[in-house]
Amino acid sequence: MSVASPVALPPVRRIRVRRLDMLGAAALALLAVAFCMAMFYAPTELIQGEPQRIFYAHLPMVVVSYISFAIVFVASTLYLWKRDIKYDIVARSAAEIGVLFTTLVIVSGGLWGQATWGTFWQWEPRLTFTFILWLIYVSYLMLRNASDDQDRMARYAAVLGIIGFADVPLIFASVYLWRGIHPEPAGMPQAMAVTLIVAIAAFVLLFAYLLIHRIRLDHAREQLYELRSIMEEREA
Amino acid sequence: MRQPIRQATLNKGFEAPAEANSAGWTGYGWDWLRAYGRQIGALFWKDLLIELRTKDVLASMLVFGLLTLTVFTFAFDLRAESVLLVSPGVLWVAILFAGTLGLGRSYSHERESGSLEGLLLCPGDRSAIFVAKLLTNLVFLGLLEIVLLPVFSAFFDVSALKPGVIGIILLGTVGFAAVGSIFGAMAVNTRAREVMLPVLLLPILIPLIIGAVKATGLLMDGQPWSEVWTWVNLLIAFDVVYLVVSFILYEFVIEDWG
Repeated sequence: MSVASPVALPPVRRIRVRRLDMLGAAALALLAVAFCMAMFYAPTELIQGEPQRIFYAHLPMVVVSYISFAIVFVASTLYLWKRDIKYDIVARSAAEIGVLFTTLVIVSGGLWGQATWGTFWQWEPRLTFTFILWLIYVSYLMLRNASDDQDRMARYAAVLGIIGFADVPLIFASVYLWRGIHPEPAGMPQAMAVTLIVAIAAFVLLFAYLLIHRIRLDHAREQLYELRSIMEEREA
Repeated sequence: MRQPIRQATLNKGFEAPAEANSAGWTGYGWDWLRAYGRQIGALFWKDLLIELRTKDVLASMLVFGLLTLTVFTFAFDLRAESVLLVSPGVLWVAILFAGTLGLGRSYSHERESGSLEGLLLCPGDRSAIFVAKLLTNLVFLGLLEIVLLPVFSAFFDVSALKPGVIGIILLGTVGFAAVGSIFGAMAVNTRAREVMLPVLLLPILIPLIIGAVKATGLLMDGQPWSEVWTWVNLLIAFDVVYLVVSFILYEFVIEDWG
């Protein structure tokens, strides 16, 4: 906004770009470290062999998608309570990133499953659970684009964000009852655990970077709409 | 032939809160509860009356439900050995698809004639609108099931007319109607609303579908209640969660209708 504007601009929450770049660089560096650790430091799993290394990307992405859906829930509640568009922006940004990571979880899980189970897809509780979550938040994104009335869709989406999150324990219980409990792996060596923790930290940083960027983008978009409507008013 | 709904019927429920407001709000007491009940009754009766005169929702639901059952008969080769495995799912798919159709229809007349806007202008507790809509949808779904269940038993030659099965269907219907009543109100205000309702509804309903199909299958197979109890608990949990959540959130959906 270098052009001097007589129009009073709506306030925009500014997050310093340099700090954000540092966050991005940190995420990238830690991802690189996690990648090297997963490839060279972590021991090869005895039964599953090399494909098990997908785990170090798979599980962190699961963590990140659960975090984003929890953020959708909190931001949706805050939006219905305070009616401030900034909460709606947080909710829709987190939902988008959550769907992205859930898609990656399903794809990476499928690749892993192809290598170890010999099949891309199984109706196994955890897979089913993730897939149903994916469906709910895809319908959330569809709802957002289902009408031109943005305020109303923000409200409806917030309602769905809460209803969808209330479903999580129910889905979890039902899919486990449906397919019986899968045996859990009995503990992991320290090198594996350390690698996993580093990988989770790296993905959480990446998630934070993407989320903040996405939120900034939407703030800019809202500002653009506002400027456009001011311009239209002037022309009229 | 068609007469407008008697004004007195509609106003009856809404007078009391208005008077209470002008005379000084005395809080939630018996008077409030009676007025609330009357509001629900008036709204419920309004929907039933519309349905009695148009037969819009029920006719499309029943025909669609019967068609679903018929199509499944040809889609699966249901011999005696596989019928118990497949038929509970067939019954629930028929209920869910026909029910979704009906839930969507039950809001389209609210939108077309702007009647809900009028209701929002009335004094009184807006949650009454939700309770009335829920009751209406429960009655419609119940009528659908009363027709579908005997037909289903006859078509697939299974013993579905047992009190246990009927109980499970009731439990499933309550949760279905609770989520459907709020999503129906949302979907009708979107583009492509016929598609939007099932897209919103079905993923949320998956725990209910799993529980209902499992419980129905076990009961039709004559399994003891100890086996079924887990699924009954799941259905009860689903019903309680969504009755409460929908009741609270409904007001946010209808606040600027039209």
